[in-house]
Amino acid sequence: MASAPSKLYQDDVSLVVALLDTNPFFWAAASLPFSEFLHHVIPFINSLLLLNQLNRVVLIATGTSSCGYIFDSGDGNASGNSNAVCSGIIKKLEDFVGKDSKIGKGSNGDGTRPAISSLLSGSLSLALCYIQRIFRSGTRHPQPRILCLQGSPDGPEQYVAVMNSIFSAQRLMIPIDSCIVGAQHSAFLQQASYITGGVYLKPQQLDGLFQFLAAAFATDLHSRNFLRLPKPAGVDFRASCFCHKKTIDMGYVCSVCLSIFCKYHKKCSTCGSEFNQVAPDSTIPDQKH
Amino acid sequence: MAVISVATRYKTTVKEPGVPGVLKMNEERFVFVPNDPRSLMKLNVEFKNIKGHKFSKDGSKQALLNLTQDPEKGTGYIFEFDNFTDRNSCRDFVGRVLGKLQSVPGRPNEQSVPEKSAGAPLPEQLSAIEMERRIKLLREDSELLRLHKQFVLSGVLTESEFWATRKTLLGEDTTRMTKQRPGFKSAMLADVRPSADGRTNKVTFSLTPEIIQQIFAEKPAVHRAFLNLVPSKMSEKDFWTKYCRAEYLNRTRNAVVAAAEAAEDEELAVFLKHDDILANEARRKIRRVDPTLDMEADEGDDYIHLPDHGILRDAQKDTAETETEVSRRTLSQDLNRHAAVVLEGRALDVELGDTRTVAEALAWSKQELLSKEKSEENVNLEKQEKVARMTELEDLQAPRNPQYASLCIKDPREYFDSQQANALRALGGTEFGTNSLDLNLSKEEVYRHLKEQISEAKSRGLRNPIIRPDTALKVFSGLSQHLSSTRFQLGKNSQESALDRIPHRTKDDLMHHWTSIQELLRHFWSSYPITTAGLYNKVQRVKDAMGQIYQKLQEIKESSQSDFRHQVSLLVQPMLQALDAAFAHYDSEQQKRTAKSGAKPNGFVR
Repeated sequence: MASAPSKLYQDDVSLVVALLDTNPFFWAAASLPFSEFLHHVIPFINSLLLLNQLNRVVLIATGTSSCGYIFDSGDGNASGNSNAVCSGIIKKLEDFVGKDSKIGKGSNGDGTRPAISSLLSGSLSLALCYIQRIFRSGTRHPQPRILCLQGSPDGPEQYVAVMNSIFSAQRLMIPIDSCIVGAQHSAFLQQASYITGGVYLKPQQLDGLFQFLAAAFATDLHSRNFLRLPKPAGVDFRASCFCHKKTIDMGYVCSVCLSIFCKYHKKCSTCGSEFNQVAPDSTIPDQKH
Repeated sequence: MAVISVATRYKTTVKEPGVPGVLKMNEERFVFVPNDPRSLMKLNVEFKNIKGHKFSKDGSKQALLNLTQDPEKGTGYIFEFDNFTDRNSCRDFVGRVLGKLQSVPGRPNEQSVPEKSAGAPLPEQLSAIEMERRIKLLREDSELLRLHKQFVLSGVLTESEFWATRKTLLGEDTTRMTKQRPGFKSAMLADVRPSADGRTNKVTFSLTPEIIQQIFAEKPAVHRAFLNLVPSKMSEKDFWTKYCRAEYLNRTRNAVVAAAEAAEDEELAVFLKHDDILANEARRKIRRVDPTLDMEADEGDDYIHLPDHGILRDAQKDTAETETEVSRRTLSQDLNRHAAVVLEGRALDVELGDTRTVAEALAWSKQELLSKEKSEENVNLEKQEKVARMTELEDLQAPRNPQYASLCIKDPREYFDSQQANALRALGGTEFGTNSLDLNLSKEEVYRHLKEQISEAKSRGLRNPIIRPDTALKVFSGLSQHLSSTRFQLGKNSQESALDRIPHRTKDDLMHHWTSIQELLRHFWSSYPITTAGLYNKVQRVKDAMGQIYQKLQEIKESSQSDFRHQVSLLVQPMLQALDAAFAHYDSEQQKRTAKSGAKPNGFVR
């Protein structure tokens, strides 16, 4: 899927906004240690910068209660040295995690209900805002895309926010690539990649993560027209209901605002419209094929 | 209804002793119940299935009555009576019933197999036209023919039911009656030649009504002259004589003679002058030409008046100026005029007989045409509007509509095929429960762990090499395999569907079954709710046929080759589901019926 063409740049300049999942609850139990993960991701970022002199990479960390910018290659202090890049990233990550833990402590007390999912919606929004800023900065800008390195499971409570971000990305024609380093597939990211025309991949071997990243996610958008990249066999289009945030297959939809509910409600909580029909019986009527 | 019940013996051949029992007959059927309740020789046969009856002579050894089904073979139901009176009364009864039945106009003869169902409606009366239409439809549509053969001839559906849903097909026939009408021949351009006798000086023209009609269509001046002059001023024969003379003169190169004769004879002059009607028409058409067309249309296009390239008829070339009014028609002018008339079409359907009527009819149709045309002002207005619209400059216009993103229709296989894969595969849930996280870890511990990891990464620095070569190779081969396998599954061609990839015979079978199922299901579902016995029996029949097809589908699914098994099962799945739904509905309805314990419907066969 073509992205917004930038006429004055070469075709293959890209701006990659990578969203790193730094959910400690996930990384504590993951098969791949976080340090290993960094050992794959940071060289990948360096290689992205190597592909084209004008490429830009931005790293955003996705925590449990906050998100923050970790690295921006377009900064004034352009560090050509890969070691410097690496140490810069790691330092910033440390600061971020420290901040995140402090914020988390404040809101949740002693963690009676641990936040297992990371704040994907927040980091997506940050990424989109950054890209929008780039769009408005002038006519010379590279073609942006978003790469999500996600491990934690989806939080159904973020369904609405994530879907909104996905639709905004679709509108702006920004592909969202997803690389799942966790154990199970992510319905949100599958849908995101499907709708925006990005690549969704769940690598089978995590020790070859760098190779996966370099093979599937490194190419710029123009070259993707000529390549055949991996596609998932199916997309999980399940939604989560608006009232309890459970993932559901069949439910009730408000005919005015299209919000989804798992149980029959008399009144839509999103738009306030009332449903005048008599509540049906608990048995769903027979459907003729 | 008259009923007879007699004690008889039933036998299948004349020789055997027979089963004793009671034979009851009424006007529709006869029932034989053996005396021995354990015997299986019960009979319940409709008189419709009985074609005739035979009986042994009075006074012979046995009093037999044979109710025949098939007149050639002589098979039937043979009953032996104790005495002849019984047999005769039965025989008369049967004779009467059969007589009545066979005098009713029966079903169309294409069915050789009698209906097996009980309680079917009376045979309908079909008109000949209806029959013809049906036969014609069956002949033209082989698919329909096959369905008809499969269902109606095997007794699953009756004729009326089969055709009930196809009324639109039958009704459309009438529109196809219009034949193609032959147009004007171009032979007139060359053929109305005189045949000159070598001996005498006579020249003979032959004018058929066809040619006359064509002359009227192509030369409106002649038409007008005819209307004006005949029969008031001259007879038809004279008219045509003059016309032919004019034609003859045109052919000769003698312009002077032509001019002289024209001066003498007014009527002749009409034929020799320019056809002014045509000229007027041409001028009017030129005025109406759309100025936005990128062609120059001006006076020079009035091809009637200007001399063109000079090839006259009969391949003469005459460059002499003609100052007289005698027109010299060139070949191209004639051709153009003929072509124009042909394109207008043959407006008349009048029988070619009387020339006068033909002429009048033509005049009238032309007048109608003229009146339908819009007036001059309207035409001018329209033209101006159109000119204004076409000549606007796009650059100078303000943008009219908000711009929309163009519709992008993706490869539909991506969506549908992937949904199938989705449905067949169970994805891991995204709920919390599947996470093998140890929730007992408190937040501090977890964060601490993460920080440790980060510092470890910092201290170690980047590794060299980043990744081991064999791992990288594995990754590459895995990815390429994955890519090629998805391509194999989804197919190379976006136009190709799963149907094209399975072998032809299977595909044909599946398509045929699909149409059969559609037909059967339509009848099945339309019979509910069951109110009459007829519907009940129809449902029975349809259900049995559906059962057979179900079996066949299962067989196809199991017998398909391993390459295609998956696709075939995917294709067969919705058919099986539809049939299952129908069966389930039938069973539930059956249960409701028996639960209600109402009276059994009339005509229920065991």
